[in-house]
Amino acid sequence: MPSLVENFLGLIGRKAITHLQDVHDASKLINDTFYWTFLSPFKGKKIRVRASISEMVKTGYNSVPIVAVISFFVGVILALQAAYQLRRFGALIYVANLVGVSITRELGPILTAIIVAGRSGSAFAAEIGSMKAAEEIDALVSMGINPVRYLVVPKLIAMMVMLPALTIFSDSIGLLGGFLLSVLALGIHPYNYFQQTINALLIKDILTGLTKAWAFSIVITLVGSYQGFKVAGGAEEV
Amino acid sequence: MESAIEIRDLVTYYGEREILKNISLSIPQRKTTVILGGSGCGKSTLLKHLIRLLKPTRGSILINGQDITQMDEEELNKVRQKMGVLFQGSALLNSISVADNVALPLREHTRLKESTIQIMLRMKLDLVGLSGFEHLYPSQLSGGMKKRAALARAIALDPEMLFFDEPSAGLDPVTAAGLDELILKLKNVFRMTIVVVTHELASVFAIADYVVMLDFGEVIFSGNLDELKASDHPRIRMFLERRPEKEAYSPEDYFRIIAGD
Repeated sequence: MPSLVENFLGLIGRKAITHLQDVHDASKLINDTFYWTFLSPFKGKKIRVRASISEMVKTGYNSVPIVAVISFFVGVILALQAAYQLRRFGALIYVANLVGVSITRELGPILTAIIVAGRSGSAFAAEIGSMKAAEEIDALVSMGINPVRYLVVPKLIAMMVMLPALTIFSDSIGLLGGFLLSVLALGIHPYNYFQQTINALLIKDILTGLTKAWAFSIVITLVGSYQGFKVAGGAEEV
Repeated sequence: MESAIEIRDLVTYYGEREILKNISLSIPQRKTTVILGGSGCGKSTLLKHLIRLLKPTRGSILINGQDITQMDEEELNKVRQKMGVLFQGSALLNSISVADNVALPLREHTRLKESTIQIMLRMKLDLVGLSGFEHLYPSQLSGGMKKRAALARAIALDPEMLFFDEPSAGLDPVTAAGLDELILKLKNVFRMTIVVVTHELASVFAIADYVVMLDFGEVIFSGNLDELKASDHPRIRMFLERRPEKEAYSPEDYFRIIAGD
Protein backbone atom coordinates (compact mmCIF):
# COMPACT_ATOMS: atom_id res chain seq x y z
CA MET A 1 0.00 0.00 0.00
CA PRO A 2 1.36 3.43 -0.91
CA SER A 3 1.59 5.80 2.02
CA LEU A 4 -0.47 8.94 2.40
CA VAL A 5 2.45 11.10 1.30
CA GLU A 6 2.96 9.01 -1.82
CA ASN A 7 -0.73 9.26 -2.66
CA PHE A 8 -0.64 13.00 -2.20
CA LEU A 9 2.46 13.48 -4.35
CA GLY A 10 0.95 11.18 -6.96
CA LEU A 11 -2.18 13.32 -7.06
CA ILE A 12 -0.16 16.48 -7.56
CA GLY A 13 1.85 14.79 -10.29
CA ARG A 14 -1.20 13.54 -12.18
CA LYS A 15 -2.89 16.95 -12.04
CA ALA A 16 0.30 18.68 -13.13
CA ILE A 17 0.76 16.37 -16.10
CA THR A 18 -2.78 16.96 -17.42
CA HIS A 19 -2.36 20.70 -17.03
CA LEU A 20 1.03 20.66 -18.72
CA GLN A 21 -0.58 18.80 -21.63
CA ASP A 22 -3.23 21.53 -21.83
CA VAL A 23 -0.56 24.23 -21.82
CA HIS A 24 1.33 22.39 -24.54
CA ASP A 25 -1.76 21.97 -26.75
CA ALA A 26 -2.82 25.58 -26.29
CA SER A 27 0.61 26.95 -27.10
CA LYS A 28 0.78 24.77 -30.18
CA LEU A 29 -2.56 26.13 -31.38
CA ILE A 30 -1.44 29.72 -30.75
CA ASN A 31 1.83 29.08 -32.56
CA ASP A 32 0.11 27.45 -35.55
CA THR A 33 -2.55 30.14 -35.77
CA PHE A 34 -0.06 32.99 -35.84
CA TYR A 35 2.17 31.15 -38.26
CA TRP A 36 -0.65 30.50 -40.74
CA THR A 37 -2.14 33.99 -40.34
CA PHE A 38 0.91 36.24 -40.40
CA LEU A 39 3.86 34.30 -41.83
CA SER A 40 2.61 31.75 -44.35
CA PRO A 41 0.94 34.33 -46.67
CA PHE A 42 4.48 35.61 -47.37
CA LYS A 43 5.53 32.12 -48.35
CA GLY A 44 2.90 31.92 -51.07
CA LYS A 45 0.21 30.02 -49.16
CA LYS A 46 -2.91 32.03 -49.83
CA ILE A 47 -5.41 32.94 -47.12
CA ARG A 48 -9.01 31.89 -47.71
CA VAL A 49 -10.46 35.31 -48.43
CA ARG A 50 -13.97 34.14 -49.26
CA ALA A 51 -14.26 32.13 -46.05
CA SER A 52 -12.93 35.12 -44.10
CA ILE A 53 -15.64 37.32 -45.55
CA SER A 54 -18.37 34.85 -44.75
CA GLU A 55 -17.02 34.60 -41.19
CA MET A 56 -17.10 38.41 -41.02
CA VAL A 57 -20.78 38.35 -41.87
CA LYS A 58 -21.45 35.70 -39.26
CA THR A 59 -19.44 37.22 -36.43
CA GLY A 60 -19.74 40.91 -37.24
CA TYR A 61 -22.75 41.85 -39.28
CA ASN A 62 -25.11 39.46 -37.51
CA SER A 63 -24.08 40.86 -34.11
CA VAL A 64 -25.02 44.43 -35.05
CA PRO A 65 -28.61 44.45 -33.69
CA ILE A 66 -27.79 43.05 -30.27
CA VAL A 67 -24.69 45.24 -29.91
CA ALA A 68 -26.78 48.27 -30.85
CA VAL A 69 -29.53 47.56 -28.34
CA ILE A 70 -27.21 46.87 -25.42
CA SER A 71 -24.85 49.78 -26.13
CA PHE A 72 -27.74 52.20 -26.45
CA PHE A 73 -29.19 51.27 -23.10
CA VAL A 74 -25.82 51.29 -21.38
CA GLY A 75 -25.29 54.84 -22.69
CA VAL A 76 -28.71 55.88 -21.40
CA ILE A 77 -28.22 54.31 -17.98
CA LEU A 78 -24.74 55.73 -17.60
CA ALA A 79 -25.98 59.25 -18.32
CA LEU A 80 -28.94 58.79 -15.99
CA GLN A 81 -26.84 57.59 -13.06
CA ALA A 82 -24.12 60.18 -13.66
CA ALA A 83 -26.72 62.96 -13.71
CA TYR A 84 -28.21 61.73 -10.46
CA GLN A 85 -24.88 62.26 -8.69
CA LEU A 86 -23.50 65.24 -10.58
CA ARG A 87 -26.65 67.33 -10.20
CA ARG A 88 -25.94 67.74 -6.50
CA PHE A 89 -22.76 69.58 -7.32
CA GLY A 90 -24.27 71.61 -10.10
CA ALA A 91 -21.96 69.88 -12.56
CA LEU A 92 -24.58 68.40 -14.82
CA ILE A 93 -22.68 69.19 -18.00
CA TYR A 94 -19.91 66.78 -16.94
CA VAL A 95 -22.28 63.94 -17.74
CA ALA A 96 -20.94 64.31 -21.26
CA ASN A 97 -17.34 63.76 -20.13
CA LEU A 98 -18.21 60.76 -18.05
CA VAL A 99 -20.29 59.07 -20.72
CA GLY A 100 -17.81 59.87 -23.47
CA VAL A 101 -14.67 58.64 -21.75
CA SER A 102 -16.08 55.58 -20.03
CA ILE A 103 -17.86 54.35 -23.15
CA THR A 104 -14.95 54.74 -25.53
CA ARG A 105 -12.25 53.51 -23.17
CA GLU A 106 -13.98 50.72 -21.33
CA LEU A 107 -17.61 49.92 -21.88
CA GLY A 108 -17.73 49.87 -25.68
CA PRO A 109 -14.91 47.33 -26.10
CA ILE A 110 -15.88 45.16 -23.15
CA LEU A 111 -19.59 45.00 -23.99
CA THR A 112 -18.90 44.17 -27.60
CA ALA A 113 -16.36 41.55 -26.59
CA ILE A 114 -18.79 39.91 -24.17
CA ILE A 115 -21.56 39.79 -26.76
CA VAL A 116 -19.29 38.45 -29.49
CA ALA A 117 -17.67 35.93 -27.14
CA GLY A 118 -21.13 34.67 -26.28
CA ARG A 119 -22.27 34.49 -29.88
CA SER A 120 -19.18 33.63 -31.91
CA GLY A 121 -16.77 32.18 -29.38
CA SER A 122 -19.20 29.43 -28.48
CA ALA A 123 -20.17 28.99 -32.14
CA PHE A 124 -16.49 28.40 -33.03
CA ALA A 125 -16.15 25.84 -30.26
CA ALA A 126 -19.33 24.06 -31.36
CA GLU A 127 -18.42 24.11 -35.06
CA ILE A 128 -14.89 22.79 -34.64
CA GLY A 129 -15.99 20.40 -31.92
CA SER A 130 -18.67 18.77 -34.03
CA MET A 131 -16.28 18.55 -36.97
CA LYS A 132 -13.80 16.80 -34.73
CA ALA A 133 -16.44 14.35 -33.54
CA ALA A 134 -17.51 13.56 -37.14
CA GLU A 135 -13.91 12.86 -38.27
CA GLU A 136 -14.06 15.93 -40.52
CA ILE A 137 -10.86 17.32 -38.99
CA ASP A 138 -9.14 13.98 -39.62
CA ALA A 139 -10.40 14.09 -43.19
CA LEU A 140 -8.88 17.56 -43.68
CA VAL A 141 -5.55 16.37 -42.29
CA SER A 142 -5.59 13.28 -44.50
CA MET A 143 -6.15 15.49 -47.55
CA GLY A 144 -3.05 17.45 -46.58
CA ILE A 145 -5.06 20.51 -45.54
CA ASN A 146 -4.01 22.06 -42.26
CA PRO A 147 -7.15 22.41 -40.12
CA VAL A 148 -5.82 25.51 -38.39
CA ARG A 149 -5.26 27.23 -41.72
CA TYR A 150 -8.58 26.04 -43.08
CA LEU A 151 -10.76 26.76 -40.04
CA VAL A 152 -9.11 29.06 -37.51
CA VAL A 153 -7.32 31.59 -39.72
CA PRO A 154 -10.47 32.89 -41.49
CA LYS A 155 -12.15 33.22 -38.10
CA LEU A 156 -9.20 35.09 -36.63
CA ILE A 157 -9.03 37.48 -39.56
CA ALA A 158 -12.77 38.07 -39.42
CA MET A 159 -12.65 38.72 -35.69
CA MET A 160 -9.62 41.02 -35.91
CA VAL A 161 -11.47 43.16 -38.42
CA MET A 162 -14.99 42.95 -37.07
CA LEU A 163 -14.48 43.33 -33.32
CA PRO A 164 -12.84 46.78 -33.58
CA ALA A 165 -15.46 47.73 -36.17
CA LEU A 166 -18.26 46.64 -33.88
CA THR A 167 -16.57 48.53 -31.04
CA ILE A 168 -16.63 51.77 -33.03
CA PHE A 169 -20.27 51.11 -33.76
CA SER A 170 -20.98 50.34 -30.11
CA ASP A 171 -19.14 53.53 -29.02
CA SER A 172 -21.24 55.68 -31.33
CA ILE A 173 -24.53 54.10 -30.30
CA GLY A 174 -23.60 54.38 -26.60
CA LEU A 175 -22.69 58.05 -27.01
CA LEU A 176 -25.96 58.57 -28.85
CA GLY A 177 -27.85 57.00 -25.95
CA GLY A 178 -26.16 59.32 -23.44
CA PHE A 179 -26.77 62.28 -25.70
CA LEU A 180 -30.46 61.56 -26.19
CA LEU A 181 -31.09 61.11 -22.49
CA SER A 182 -29.18 64.27 -21.56
CA VAL A 183 -30.98 66.34 -24.15
CA LEU A 184 -34.48 64.96 -23.67
CA ALA A 185 -34.60 64.22 -19.93
CA LEU A 186 -31.90 66.40 -18.35
CA GLY A 187 -32.49 69.44 -20.48
CA ILE A 188 -28.87 69.95 -21.52
CA HIS A 189 -28.55 71.96 -24.73
CA PRO A 190 -27.59 69.62 -27.60
CA TYR A 191 -24.79 71.85 -28.85
CA ASN A 192 -23.28 72.20 -25.36
CA TYR A 193 -23.36 68.43 -24.85
CA PHE A 194 -21.79 67.86 -28.23
CA GLN A 195 -19.00 70.40 -27.59
CA GLN A 196 -18.36 69.00 -24.12
CA THR A 197 -17.99 65.45 -25.48
CA ILE A 198 -15.64 66.57 -28.24
CA ASN A 199 -13.49 68.43 -25.70
CA ALA A 200 -13.44 65.54 -23.26
CA LEU A 201 -12.48 62.84 -25.75
CA LEU A 202 -8.91 62.38 -26.78
CA ILE A 203 -8.04 60.35 -29.85
CA LYS A 204 -5.98 58.24 -27.43
CA ASP A 205 -9.16 57.17 -25.61
CA ILE A 206 -10.65 55.77 -28.78
CA LEU A 207 -7.43 54.08 -29.87
CA THR A 208 -7.03 52.48 -26.44
CA GLY A 209 -10.53 51.08 -26.77
CA LEU A 210 -9.82 49.71 -30.24
CA THR A 211 -6.57 48.11 -29.14
CA LYS A 212 -8.48 46.37 -26.38
CA ALA A 213 -11.06 45.18 -28.87
CA TRP A 214 -8.32 43.82 -31.12
CA ALA A 215 -6.73 41.93 -28.22
CA PHE A 216 -10.12 40.56 -27.17
CA SER A 217 -10.73 39.35 -30.72
CA ILE A 218 -7.59 37.20 -30.64
CA VAL A 219 -8.40 35.80 -27.20
CA ILE A 220 -12.00 34.95 -28.15
CA THR A 221 -10.99 33.18 -31.36
CA LEU A 222 -8.21 31.18 -29.76
CA VAL A 223 -10.20 30.14 -26.71
CA GLY A 224 -13.23 29.14 -28.81
CA SER A 225 -11.13 27.17 -31.28
CA TYR A 226 -9.05 25.54 -28.56
CA GLN A 227 -12.18 24.30 -26.82
CA GLY A 228 -13.37 22.92 -30.15
CA PHE A 229 -10.13 21.08 -30.90
CA LYS A 230 -10.11 19.61 -27.40
CA VAL A 231 -13.25 17.60 -28.12
CA ALA A 232 -12.56 13.88 -28.17
CA GLY A 233 -15.32 11.36 -28.63
CA GLY A 234 -18.99 11.87 -29.21
CA ALA A 235 -21.50 14.62 -29.68
CA GLU A 236 -22.21 15.23 -26.00
CA GLU A 237 -18.64 16.48 -25.57
CA VAL A 238 -19.45 19.43 -27.82
CA MET B 1 5.75 -8.78 -55.45
CA GLU B 2 6.72 -5.15 -54.90
CA SER B 3 5.51 -3.59 -51.71
CA ALA B 4 3.94 -0.13 -51.50
CA ILE B 5 3.94 0.12 -47.74
CA GLU B 6 6.43 -1.46 -45.41
CA ILE B 7 5.68 -1.50 -41.67
CA ARG B 8 8.54 -2.36 -39.34
CA ASP B 9 8.28 -3.16 -35.62
CA LEU B 10 5.35 -0.83 -35.02
CA VAL B 11 4.42 -0.38 -31.35
CA THR B 12 1.72 1.96 -30.06
CA TYR B 13 0.35 2.78 -26.67
CA TYR B 14 -2.87 4.58 -25.76
CA GLY B 15 -1.82 5.77 -22.33
CA GLU B 16 -0.69 2.61 -20.54
CA ARG B 17 -2.44 0.18 -22.87
CA GLU B 18 -0.42 -1.40 -25.65
CA ILE B 19 -2.62 -1.32 -28.77
CA LEU B 20 -0.25 -2.49 -31.49
CA LYS B 21 2.40 -4.96 -30.46
CA ASN B 22 5.39 -5.08 -32.72
CA ILE B 23 3.69 -5.20 -36.08
CA SER B 24 5.78 -5.88 -39.18
CA LEU B 25 4.17 -6.38 -42.54
CA SER B 26 4.34 -5.27 -46.12
CA ILE B 27 1.41 -4.22 -48.27
CA PRO B 28 1.75 -5.12 -51.96
CA GLN B 29 1.57 -2.56 -54.72
CA ARG B 30 -1.47 -2.24 -57.03
CA LYS B 31 -3.37 -4.90 -55.09
CA THR B 32 -6.24 -4.85 -52.64
CA THR B 33 -5.08 -5.64 -49.15
CA VAL B 34 -7.68 -6.28 -46.50
CA ILE B 35 -6.83 -5.79 -42.85
CA LEU B 36 -9.15 -8.10 -41.01
CA GLY B 37 -9.89 -8.50 -37.35
CA GLY B 38 -12.44 -8.33 -34.60
CA SER B 39 -13.55 -5.13 -32.93
CA GLY B 40 -10.86 -3.56 -30.81
CA CYS B 41 -7.99 -5.54 -32.32
CA GLY B 42 -6.27 -2.34 -33.41
CA LYS B 43 -7.03 -2.44 -37.13
CA SER B 44 -8.46 1.09 -37.31
CA THR B 45 -5.53 2.31 -35.22
CA LEU B 46 -3.16 0.71 -37.69
CA LEU B 47 -4.93 2.48 -40.56
CA LYS B 48 -4.67 5.80 -38.74
CA HIS B 49 -0.92 5.22 -38.47
CA LEU B 50 -0.64 4.54 -42.20
CA ILE B 51 -2.12 7.96 -42.95
CA ARG B 52 -0.15 9.47 -40.07
CA LEU B 53 -3.13 10.71 -38.10
CA LEU B 54 -1.40 9.00 -35.20
CA LYS B 55 2.28 8.77 -34.47
CA PRO B 56 3.59 5.41 -33.26
CA THR B 57 5.51 5.01 -30.03
CA ARG B 58 8.19 3.01 -31.84
CA GLY B 59 8.80 1.58 -35.27
CA SER B 60 8.71 2.89 -38.80
CA ILE B 61 6.31 3.00 -41.73
CA LEU B 62 7.86 3.26 -45.17
CA ILE B 63 5.74 4.47 -48.04
CA ASN B 64 7.55 4.21 -51.36
CA GLY B 65 10.75 3.85 -49.38
CA GLN B 66 10.27 6.99 -47.26
CA ASP B 67 9.69 6.78 -43.52
CA ILE B 68 6.54 8.79 -42.78
CA THR B 69 7.00 8.63 -39.02
CA GLN B 70 10.07 10.89 -39.30
CA MET B 71 8.62 13.45 -41.71
CA ASP B 72 7.72 17.05 -40.92
CA GLU B 73 4.34 18.43 -41.87
CA GLU B 74 5.32 19.81 -45.27
CA GLU B 75 6.82 16.54 -46.51
CA LEU B 76 3.87 14.65 -45.09
CA ASN B 77 1.40 16.79 -46.96
CA LYS B 78 3.16 15.89 -50.21
CA VAL B 79 2.77 12.20 -49.39
CA ARG B 80 -0.82 12.70 -48.31
CA GLN B 81 -1.70 14.19 -51.68
CA LYS B 82 -0.93 10.78 -53.16
CA MET B 83 -3.30 9.11 -50.72
CA GLY B 84 -7.05 9.05 -50.57
CA VAL B 85 -8.91 8.10 -47.43
CA LEU B 86 -12.52 7.04 -47.01
CA PHE B 87 -13.49 7.36 -43.37
CA GLN B 88 -15.99 5.18 -41.58
CA GLY B 89 -18.50 8.01 -41.14
CA SER B 90 -17.55 9.33 -44.62
CA ALA B 91 -16.43 12.62 -42.98
CA LEU B 92 -17.75 14.95 -45.67
CA LEU B 93 -17.65 18.57 -44.58
CA ASN B 94 -21.25 19.23 -43.64
CA SER B 95 -21.18 22.95 -44.20
CA ILE B 96 -20.41 22.79 -47.93
CA SER B 97 -22.11 21.05 -50.85
CA VAL B 98 -21.09 17.72 -52.34
CA ALA B 99 -19.47 19.49 -55.29
CA ASP B 100 -17.40 21.73 -53.01
CA ASN B 101 -16.40 18.72 -50.94
CA VAL B 102 -15.10 16.85 -53.97
CA ALA B 103 -13.45 19.96 -55.37
CA LEU B 104 -11.80 20.83 -52.05
CA PRO B 105 -8.51 18.94 -52.60
CA LEU B 106 -8.34 20.23 -56.18
CA ARG B 107 -8.82 23.82 -55.07
CA GLU B 108 -6.37 23.53 -52.19
CA HIS B 109 -3.56 21.65 -53.89
CA THR B 110 -3.70 22.55 -57.56
CA ARG B 111 -3.81 25.78 -59.52
CA LEU B 112 -6.34 24.52 -62.02
CA LYS B 113 -8.89 26.85 -63.53
CA GLU B 114 -12.40 26.73 -62.12
CA SER B 115 -13.79 25.37 -65.40
CA THR B 116 -11.28 22.50 -65.36
CA ILE B 117 -12.15 21.76 -61.74
CA GLN B 118 -15.83 21.60 -62.66
CA ILE B 119 -15.10 19.03 -65.39
CA MET B 120 -12.92 16.90 -63.10
CA LEU B 121 -15.56 17.14 -60.42
CA ARG B 122 -18.23 15.78 -62.77
CA MET B 123 -15.91 12.99 -63.91
CA LYS B 124 -15.28 11.86 -60.34
CA LEU B 125 -18.95 12.05 -59.39
CA ASP B 126 -19.90 10.10 -62.50
CA LEU B 127 -17.33 7.44 -61.62
CA VAL B 128 -18.97 6.82 -58.25
CA GLY B 129 -22.47 7.06 -59.75
CA LEU B 130 -23.50 10.37 -58.23
CA SER B 131 -23.98 12.53 -61.33
CA GLY B 132 -26.58 15.18 -60.74
CA PHE B 133 -26.21 15.26 -56.98
CA GLU B 134 -23.48 17.89 -56.87
CA HIS B 135 -25.65 20.67 -55.46
CA LEU B 136 -26.98 18.70 -52.52
CA TYR B 137 -25.53 18.98 -49.04
CA PRO B 138 -24.13 15.95 -47.19
CA SER B 139 -27.06 15.99 -44.77
CA GLN B 140 -29.43 15.43 -47.71
CA LEU B 141 -27.70 12.22 -48.82
CA SER B 142 -28.26 8.64 -47.70
CA GLY B 143 -25.48 6.67 -45.98
CA GLY B 144 -24.42 4.88 -49.16
CA MET B 145 -24.44 8.07 -51.21
CA LYS B 146 -22.34 9.83 -48.56
CA LYS B 147 -19.76 7.06 -48.82
CA ARG B 148 -19.73 7.39 -52.60
CA ALA B 149 -19.34 11.16 -52.38
CA ALA B 150 -16.51 10.73 -49.88
CA LEU B 151 -14.91 8.24 -52.26
CA ALA B 152 -15.16 10.78 -55.07
CA ARG B 153 -13.36 13.25 -52.83
CA ALA B 154 -10.71 10.67 -51.93
CA ILE B 155 -9.89 10.02 -55.60
CA ALA B 156 -10.10 13.67 -56.65
CA LEU B 157 -6.32 14.01 -56.95
CA ASP B 158 -5.92 10.57 -58.62
CA PRO B 159 -4.02 9.09 -55.68
CA GLU B 160 -1.68 6.10 -55.87
CA MET B 161 -3.12 4.66 -52.68
CA LEU B 162 -6.60 4.44 -51.28
CA PHE B 163 -7.47 3.63 -47.69
CA PHE B 164 -10.92 2.50 -46.60
CA ASP B 165 -12.01 2.37 -42.98
CA GLU B 166 -14.91 -0.08 -42.67
CA PRO B 167 -16.50 0.81 -46.03
CA SER B 168 -19.56 -1.37 -45.50
CA ALA B 169 -20.26 -0.34 -41.90
CA GLY B 170 -23.87 0.72 -41.54
CA LEU B 171 -24.84 -0.07 -45.14
CA ASP B 172 -27.40 -2.55 -46.41
CA PRO B 173 -26.00 -5.60 -48.31
CA VAL B 174 -26.92 -4.26 -51.74
CA THR B 175 -25.26 -0.89 -51.19
CA ALA B 176 -22.27 -2.55 -49.57
CA ALA B 177 -21.89 -4.86 -52.59
CA GLY B 178 -22.06 -1.81 -54.85
CA LEU B 179 -19.23 -0.24 -52.92
CA ASP B 180 -17.19 -3.45 -53.19
CA GLU B 181 -17.67 -3.39 -56.93
CA LEU B 182 -16.45 0.18 -56.99
CA ILE B 183 -13.33 -0.83 -55.07
CA LEU B 184 -12.63 -3.58 -57.61
CA LYS B 185 -13.13 -1.14 -60.46
CA LEU B 186 -10.68 1.34 -58.94
CA LYS B 187 -8.05 -1.35 -58.57
CA ASN B 188 -8.51 -2.81 -62.04
CA VAL B 189 -8.98 0.38 -64.02
CA PHE B 190 -6.77 2.84 -62.16
CA ARG B 191 -4.25 0.30 -60.80
CA MET B 192 -4.37 1.79 -57.31
CA THR B 193 -2.95 0.25 -54.18
CA ILE B 194 -5.94 -0.27 -51.95
CA VAL B 195 -6.02 -0.96 -48.22
CA VAL B 196 -9.36 -1.87 -46.68
CA VAL B 197 -10.02 -2.28 -42.99
CA THR B 198 -13.09 -4.39 -42.35
CA HIS B 199 -14.62 -7.25 -40.44
CA GLU B 200 -17.24 -7.97 -43.11
CA LEU B 201 -16.44 -11.48 -44.39
CA ALA B 202 -18.58 -11.26 -47.52
CA SER B 203 -16.76 -8.21 -48.69
CA VAL B 204 -13.36 -9.70 -47.84
CA PHE B 205 -13.97 -12.62 -50.20
CA ALA B 206 -15.22 -10.28 -52.90
CA ILE B 207 -12.36 -7.81 -52.99
CA ALA B 208 -9.24 -9.12 -51.29
CA ASP B 209 -6.03 -10.10 -53.11
CA TYR B 210 -4.07 -10.19 -49.91
CA VAL B 211 -5.30 -10.52 -46.35
CA VAL B 212 -3.72 -9.46 -43.08
CA MET B 213 -5.41 -10.55 -39.89
CA LEU B 214 -4.86 -8.79 -36.60
CA ASP B 215 -5.75 -10.12 -33.20
CA PHE B 216 -5.15 -8.20 -29.98
CA GLY B 217 -2.65 -5.94 -31.68
CA GLU B 218 -0.62 -8.68 -33.34
CA VAL B 219 -0.47 -9.97 -36.90
CA ILE B 220 -1.65 -13.58 -36.79
CA PHE B 221 -1.96 -14.13 -40.51
CA SER B 222 -0.90 -12.67 -43.80
CA GLY B 223 -1.38 -14.26 -47.19
CA ASN B 224 -3.90 -14.64 -49.99
CA LEU B 225 -7.51 -15.76 -49.76
CA ASP B 226 -6.85 -19.48 -50.37
CA GLU B 227 -4.25 -19.52 -47.63
CA LEU B 228 -6.73 -17.80 -45.33
CA LYS B 229 -9.40 -20.42 -46.01
CA ALA B 230 -6.90 -23.23 -45.50
CA SER B 231 -5.49 -21.83 -42.27
CA ASP B 232 -6.06 -23.83 -39.11
CA HIS B 233 -5.18 -21.08 -36.63
CA PRO B 234 -7.93 -21.30 -33.98
CA ARG B 235 -8.66 -17.54 -33.93
CA ILE B 236 -8.97 -17.44 -37.72
CA ARG B 237 -11.30 -20.46 -37.74
CA MET B 238 -13.46 -18.78 -35.09
CA PHE B 239 -13.61 -15.66 -37.21
CA LEU B 240 -14.42 -17.45 -40.46
CA GLU B 241 -17.02 -19.73 -38.90
CA ARG B 242 -18.60 -16.96 -36.87
CA ARG B 243 -18.18 -18.76 -33.57
CA PRO B 244 -18.50 -16.68 -30.39
CA GLU B 245 -15.71 -16.51 -27.86
CA LYS B 246 -16.03 -18.98 -25.03
CA GLU B 247 -16.97 -17.76 -21.58
CA ALA B 248 -13.70 -16.51 -20.26
CA TYR B 249 -14.37 -17.12 -16.61
CA SER B 250 -16.02 -19.62 -14.31
CA PRO B 251 -19.09 -18.96 -12.10
CA GLU B 252 -16.80 -18.47 -9.08
CA ASP B 253 -14.92 -15.79 -10.99
CA TYR B 254 -18.20 -14.17 -11.90
CA PHE B 255 -19.23 -13.88 -8.27
CA ARG B 256 -15.85 -12.40 -7.48
CA ILE B 257 -16.30 -9.81 -10.26
CA ILE B 258 -19.74 -8.66 -9.21
CA ALA B 259 -18.69 -8.57 -5.57
CA GLY B 260 -16.10 -6.06 -6.73
CA ASP B 261 -12.72 -7.40 -5.57
